Amino acid sequence: MAKSNINVALIGNPNTGKTSLFNQLTGLNQKVGNYPGITVDKKEGVCKLSATQNAIITDLPGTYSINPTSLDESIVLKTLLNKSVTSTPDVILVVADVENLKRNLLLFSQIKDLEIPTVLAINMVDQMHKKGISIDLSALKEELNTEVVLISARKNTGIQQVKEAIIRCHVAAKASPLCAIDHKIDADYFNKLKEISPNYSMYELWLMITQNNYPEAISKSEKEKLLAFKKDISKIKKYQHKETIYRYQEINRILKKTYLVDKTKARDLRSNLDRVFTHKIFGYAFFAFLLLVIFQSIFHLASIPMDAIDSFFAELSTITKDSLPAGMLTDLITEGIIPGIGGVVIFIPQIAILFLFIAVLEETGYMSRVVFLMDKIMRRFGMNGKSIIPLISGTACAIPAIMATRTIGSWKERLITILVTPFTTCSARLPVYAILIALVIPNKKVIGFLNLQGLVLLFLYALGFASAIIAAYLLQKMLKLNTKSFFVVEMPNYKIPSFKNVALEVLEKTKAFVFGAGKIILALSIVLWFLASNGPSSFKNAEKTVLENPVNINLSDDELSKKIASAELENSYIGILGKAIEPAIKPLGYDWKIGIALITSFAAREVFVGTLATIYSVEADDENTSTIKEKMASEINSETGEKRFNLPVGMSLLIFYAFAMQCMATLAIVKRETKSWKWPLIQLFSMGILAYVASFITYQIFQ
Amino acid sequence: MSTIASLQIGDVGYISEESLGNIPLKLLEMGCLPGAEVRLVQIAPLKDPLYICVNGSHLAIRKETAESITILKSNE
Repeated sequence: MAKSNINVALIGNPNTGKTSLFNQLTGLNQKVGNYPGITVDKKEGVCKLSATQNAIITDLPGTYSINPTSLDESIVLKTLLNKSVTSTPDVILVVADVENLKRNLLLFSQIKDLEIPTVLAINMVDQMHKKGISIDLSALKEELNTEVVLISARKNTGIQQVKEAIIRCHVAAKASPLCAIDHKIDADYFNKLKEISPNYSMYELWLMITQNNYPEAISKSEKEKLLAFKKDISKIKKYQHKETIYRYQEINRILKKTYLVDKTKARDLRSNLDRVFTHKIFGYAFFAFLLLVIFQSIFHLASIPMDAIDSFFAELSTITKDSLPAGMLTDLITEGIIPGIGGVVIFIPQIAILFLFIAVLEETGYMSRVVFLMDKIMRRFGMNGKSIIPLISGTACAIPAIMATRTIGSWKERLITILVTPFTTCSARLPVYAILIALVIPNKKVIGFLNLQGLVLLFLYALGFASAIIAAYLLQKMLKLNTKSFFVVEMPNYKIPSFKNVALEVLEKTKAFVFGAGKIILALSIVLWFLASNGPSSFKNAEKTVLENPVNINLSDDELSKKIASAELENSYIGILGKAIEPAIKPLGYDWKIGIALITSFAAREVFVGTLATIYSVEADDENTSTIKEKMASEINSETGEKRFNLPVGMSLLIFYAFAMQCMATLAIVKRETKSWKWPLIQLFSMGILAYVASFITYQIFQ
Repeated sequence: MSTIASLQIGDVGYISEESLGNIPLKLLEMGCLPGAEVRLVQIAPLKDPLYICVNGSHLAIRKETAESITILKSNE
C-alpha cells in the first residue's frame, strides 16, 4: 500500500553538517526553486525511507534560533508557523553537532515546544572519541522525550537509523513541549496567551507576538488579542531573555546527566590554524594569494576546455550546414541555435571552477576567518564582514551573491552590499573580457613569468572590487537609513571539505546557471538571428541595389556575394537599430555592429560574444569555418582600413562592460530582494552613465 | 568595570549577572549567558572584531558589543 509522502523539514545550526545529511538522504533527487528570477527559498529532495514510504525533505536555511535576526532565518519561522501551507512538516529533523551539543539543543528545545514530532540527529559522532566526548543515548532520549540518532553524515553512518526514526516518529505522532516556559516565567501571562486560540500551541502564539509574524490562517479577532499583548514591549523583551536562560538551565541539567567531555583528550588544530589565518600580516597575505590563485585558474585552467568548446561549435555549425538541405530552417539552426547554445556551454568551465573554489572555502570553515579579518575594513565602507561572501561569490554570478546577502542582519549594510555586488566581475563578463583581451592585448610575458593577458584580467577584477568599494562608500554617505548594526559570526571548526558536498554544490549552481541564464541567451540568439535575416523593403532590395550599382560591375562573384551580405545586414531590422544608436556610441569607438551587441547585452552580458558571432556568421560566406575570435580579428573598420578591434576600441569596450549593469536576471533579483523597482532602476541608470563616461575617457586616452 | 573588550588574548572571565539586559538576544541564544565562562581567543588585526569562546561556542563579535558586556575576572 502506497502511503502519502511524509513532509520532513531539516533544521539545524549552521556548520552542523546539515547539508551533508541532506545530500546523504536525498542524493541526486534534489531540486531547487526556480532560478534565476525566483529566489532559492528552499531545497527539496525525495528520500526513500522504506520499501513503501517516501519522504519529501526540505532543507531550511541554517539558524541558531527560531527567533530570526536575518531574512534567511525568518524563512524557518515562516515555514513552521504557517499551518495553512500544504508543505507543513509532519516531522522535523533537527541536526546537531556533537561538539556543540549544548548550543544546538537550544534550537531543538524551541522546535520541540512547537509540538510537532521531532527527531534529533547528532552529527559528527566519528569525532567523539578524538574529542573525548561520551553520550548516554538512552538517557538522552528519555530526557528529551524524542527520537535521538547518532550519525556521521560524512562517513555515511546512522543514516538508515534516521530514516527509521522518522517513520516511528511519524506513526507515533506524539509531540509534547520540552520546556514549560510558562510556569518558569509568568504562568498568568502565558495562560492568558494560551486562551486566545485553540488552534495553536502556547509557544506558537508566543512566537507570533515576539516575532510579529502572524500566519494567514489566524482569525482577525485572535490577531487583535495577540496585538494587545504587544503593548508592553519591554515585558516581552524581558521574558524573551528569561526564556533563553531557562532553556539553557534545562539543557545544562539534561546534559549533566547524559553528556561527558574529557577535556584532556581534546587536541587543538583550530587554534594553530587560526593563529596563521587571522594573523595581521600572514592572514591578509594568504587571502590575497588565494584570490590570485582563483583568478589565474579561471583564466588559464578554464581556457583549455573553453577553446575546445569554441572550435567544437564552429565545427558543428559547418557540418550541420553541409549535411542539411539549404533553407530557412537550416539557417536558423546553424546561424541561430548552434552559436546560441555554444555561447552558453562555453561558460561551464569558468563557472564550475569559481563555484568549486567558493564551495571549498565555505566547507573548510575558512570563509568565516575572512569575515573576521575583513569586518572592520568593510564597515568603513558601510558594509559588514559578511559582505565579503557576496562580493566573492559575485565573481561567479551576482544572482546567488545577492541572495547570500540575506545573512546580513542590518538592512542598510545589506542594501549597500546588494547595490554594489554587480560591480564585481561576474563570470558573464569573462567571455567578453576573454575574447577582447585575446584580440587586443599581446600574449607575452612581463617581469619574467607573469602573463600580460592575465594581468589585464586581474586589473579588471581589481577594478570591479575597487568600484564596488567606492560605490559602497558613497552610498553609505548618501543613504539616510538608520538601522542598528549587529554582528555575530560563528567561527566553525576547520574541516576537510566533503567531496560529495562540493561536487553537488558545483553541479547544482552550474546547472542552475546553464538552464536559467541559458534560456535567455538561447532565446535572444534566435530573436537576433531573425532580426538579422529579415528587414523592410530596403533589405529585400539589397541584392538588387548592389548588383545594379555600376561601381560593383568588375567585382568577382566572391566579392560580390560578400558585398550583398553586408548590405543585407545593414538593412535588416537589427542593422537599422544598430545604425540608430551609432551616433551615440561613436565617441566610444564603436560602430553599429558593436552597437547591436551592446543592446542585446542589456539582457545578459555574455550575449555580446554570441551576438557578434551571429552577426558575423550571417554576414560571412558559406565556406567560412572560423571561430568567433577569428571572425572578430578579421573584421575591418571601413573608415580607417585598420582592424575593427584595435587597442582603443578593445579597452573602451572592456571598461564599458566593467561598469554597465547589463543583466536582466540580476535586476529582477534586486527587485525581489529589495521589494521595489527603485533600487534596480537606480543601479541600471547610475551604472550605465558611469560606463558611458568611463569608456569615453578610456577611448580618448588610448587613441 | 571590566568588559569582554578589556580581556587580554587567552584570558578568561565570567559574564556578570548585571549585563543580562545588555546582551543581544541572539548572542544569548548562542550561549553568551550570565555566569558563563568567556575566553578571548584572538583580536582581529585592526583591533576589531574580537574572537571569543563562550560556553563552547567560538564567536566573532564587534568591539562595541564586547564593551557592553561586563565580566568578572577569574582572579577577582
